[in-house]
Amino acid sequence: MKLVLRNITKRFGSLVANDDISLEVLPGEVHCLLGENGAGKSTLMNVLYGLYQADEGEIVLDDVVQHFSGPGDAMAAGIGMVHQHFMLIPVFTVTENVMLGNESTGFAGTLDADAARERVREISARFGFHVDPDAIVEELPVGVQQRVEIIKALSRDAEILVFDEPTAVLTPQETDELMEIMRQLKEAGKAIVFITHKLREVRAVADRITVIRRGAVVGEAQPTATNADLAALMVGRPVELTVHKDAPQLGDESLVVKDLRVVDALGHVHLDSISFEIRAGEVLAVAGVQGNGQTELTEALVGLQDHVEGSIKLDGKELVGKSVRRILDSGVGFIPEDRQADGLVGGFSIAENLMLNRSFRSPFVKRGALRGDALEAFAREKLQEYDVRAPDIHTHAGKLSGGNQQKVVVARELSRDLRLLVAAQPTRGVDVGSIEFIHKQVIATRDRGIPVLVVSTELDEVVALADRVMVLYRGQVVGIVPGDTPRETLGLMMTGERPKDVVA
Amino acid sequence: MSGTETPPPAPHAQKPTPEGEEASGARPQGPSRSQSVLREIASGNALAGVLAVFLAVLVGSVMIALTDEEVRASAGYVFARPGDFLQATWDAIWGAYTALFRGAVYNDRVDDFATQIRPLTETLKFAGPLIAAGLGVGLAFRASLFNIGGRGQMLLAGAAAGWVSFTFDLPMIVHLPLAILAAMLAGALWAGLAGLLKARTGAHEVIVTIMLNYVGYYLVFYALSRQGLLQAPGSSNPKSAPAKESAILPDVLGERFNLHLGFVLALVAVAGVWWLLNRSTLGYRIRAVGENPTAARASGIDVGRTYVVVMLIAGALVGLAGANQVLGTVTSGVTTDLDAGIGFDAITVALLGRSRPLGILGAGLLFGAFKAGGFSMQASEGIPVDIVLVVQSLIVLFIAAPPLVRAIFRLPAKEAK
Repeated sequence: MKLVLRNITKRFGSLVANDDISLEVLPGEVHCLLGENGAGKSTLMNVLYGLYQADEGEIVLDDVVQHFSGPGDAMAAGIGMVHQHFMLIPVFTVTENVMLGNESTGFAGTLDADAARERVREISARFGFHVDPDAIVEELPVGVQQRVEIIKALSRDAEILVFDEPTAVLTPQETDELMEIMRQLKEAGKAIVFITHKLREVRAVADRITVIRRGAVVGEAQPTATNADLAALMVGRPVELTVHKDAPQLGDESLVVKDLRVVDALGHVHLDSISFEIRAGEVLAVAGVQGNGQTELTEALVGLQDHVEGSIKLDGKELVGKSVRRILDSGVGFIPEDRQADGLVGGFSIAENLMLNRSFRSPFVKRGALRGDALEAFAREKLQEYDVRAPDIHTHAGKLSGGNQQKVVVARELSRDLRLLVAAQPTRGVDVGSIEFIHKQVIATRDRGIPVLVVSTELDEVVALADRVMVLYRGQVVGIVPGDTPRETLGLMMTGERPKDVVA
Repeated sequence: MSGTETPPPAPHAQKPTPEGEEASGARPQGPSRSQSVLREIASGNALAGVLAVFLAVLVGSVMIALTDEEVRASAGYVFARPGDFLQATWDAIWGAYTALFRGAVYNDRVDDFATQIRPLTETLKFAGPLIAAGLGVGLAFRASLFNIGGRGQMLLAGAAAGWVSFTFDLPMIVHLPLAILAAMLAGALWAGLAGLLKARTGAHEVIVTIMLNYVGYYLVFYALSRQGLLQAPGSSNPKSAPAKESAILPDVLGERFNLHLGFVLALVAVAGVWWLLNRSTLGYRIRAVGENPTAARASGIDVGRTYVVVMLIAGALVGLAGANQVLGTVTSGVTTDLDAGIGFDAITVALLGRSRPLGILGAGLLFGAFKAGGFSMQASEGIPVDIVLVVQSLIVLFIAAPPLVRAIFRLPAKEAK
């Protein structure tokens, strides 16, 4: 089935989310929709899926103009969507999930599970999915859950499959498997729309690439284009994708973590027997798939976890058991992974956010009163220095774009006297241009002789920044390896395997 | 678009990023939905407040017309003589609101100036405790705490002030401040209890403060009914002895007016709370905790401790309102009626004032005017005083439902975050 989007325009108030976008997807091809967060990719797909009505333009399937008033219509017309967040019911079996919303019933409303099970088995076999129809979904690995989503779409005879940022939750290995699945689907004659902002994946699987920026198509590209070309198209200016860094000037062991164990209030163990050290002037990157204890590790380092055993010593001083305030005051800079929740107060101005962890003493405080002029001067300087794009220092942080918000957090943390920097997902949801800037700042911090711990689920980032890499899996250290370890090895370690030839 | 990038369109903004959800349950302080709703209510814009008052007055007009005898009589022959009906309606509404004005601001029907402006001083007298208690509720709002316990805090504060006022024989310069301090302390402790329970156990402050209202009420009632505790000697009524002269708030404009020092103290409190919120580090932390407790915590601010401190100060402010009542407005002795509904009206005042000190000052004055003018509406126009209460309640309703007001006036929805 051939899909044509013709001159789609979608507005939200005065904001044009999609501006006259046209797109053509042929059967047997993977069409990649590339763009930054907020470029309008998901809006376009929600229009296609019937969740939004386009203000202008039309959707054409095999030369027939469609009018979808909801996802039901889109599904009936042969469009299947694999969402970034799976729309599965965790306690149901694979078969039950596939049936859901499309139940075939027998006498007196009894469910015909056997037929559905057979269908799952058949689709699974055809594409080599290896999915057990009777497995409970929540017990399956994330990659397999995604396949259940794909089966669900295929079981409704979808001819056009939309993958919305499908690799965000996958390990590198699972990503490779997904690419393979996409190729198979393509060969089976399906038309595939693949939405992403990851250049590597685009080049691996796309037949055609359409780049979207600020709601409009800015160009088409061939899969043979270089990363730099694609990034430049996406951002609108040339971007440095690799961070230039010299060999680290290693100092003493500054941060020494020994037998760290973190338990939550319910008694679940999130981290167990974690030991590592970071030397002054070194970046240790923590790699791993989301949810393998990285959050708990960074929170334990700054005192945000309540049940911590073991020892965290910074320059010989024990941090475990100290309050967040004491730890921050002793020179720990913390870039939290979720800036909206933990990093910024959205209703505060940029200036107010810049003193968030310095509200107890100078330079912005004098005898219990705020020193407004000192803060404003500081804020103006940092706005300039960190290239925060905002009308002025009184703009509410909540109104900034993700990249600018992150720059405010980075500015705040890096402008203190640091003895350690803990950066969790420092560039998540940040535009490519800001990523470049933030990476440079992290390396500059390292070069000032400060130990840096970077947590990232993006292998690109890990490889770009790390002097050494520590891989976490299910709350334990798989291994600590040099920064130039091949990506394949790191990817394998992220699944919990420990290759024999790796130096520990 | 220069400089700032517009945040992505709604679907992107709402779409949780893959990293948004965490497997861990280790985030006890996440901003809850009720908190964000509360924040929305407490920070609505000024226009919405004005429109809410306008709508309430409009609906109040309908109520006045409906309850008026002549309007109803003329409605019987409205098709025969519509002029009568319209005239009667106009008379009723105009009469009601001019009576309100005469009772609350300026009475043009008397000759000497002092009597003419007497209503205004009455308004200020009523506004004093409303402002003080409104500050107490509003300050808690700023930390995202819903202090419904104004009544209990006022009762305990009033009892404490009353006890000091009739027990001791001291020179005024010592006695009066002592009584006021006792009130503020009692209010602070009663509210601080709710803060402490929230900080230590996570008990929701709404439930705790509501229940402490009952506990406070019956405690005070018990004390007022027992000889040797608070009951006036030789009496069998649940009432204390009157305050001694040395503990009574002096009149500020001479004996011809009832306006006492309590209003001035409320003004001082407005200035104090303004400084606290906008210029002090404590206020900065209070606002940070109110806007985003998780970010505050991650920045080293002790959220639980801030809750306790906020509630202590809030209770002290409500306690000041209690002192205002017992030492100024009704000095004949403490009863369980001393709060006169102020504990709850304070919530409205704080909402209408958007939890800003100056806004609360204005809202307190408006409500003081309603109180002062309500009597004259009833006396001169025969309008049930309940109608004034209806208007007040409608203001709350319209303020608490910003989308409703926005829909009625077709205001644009607030910007997506």
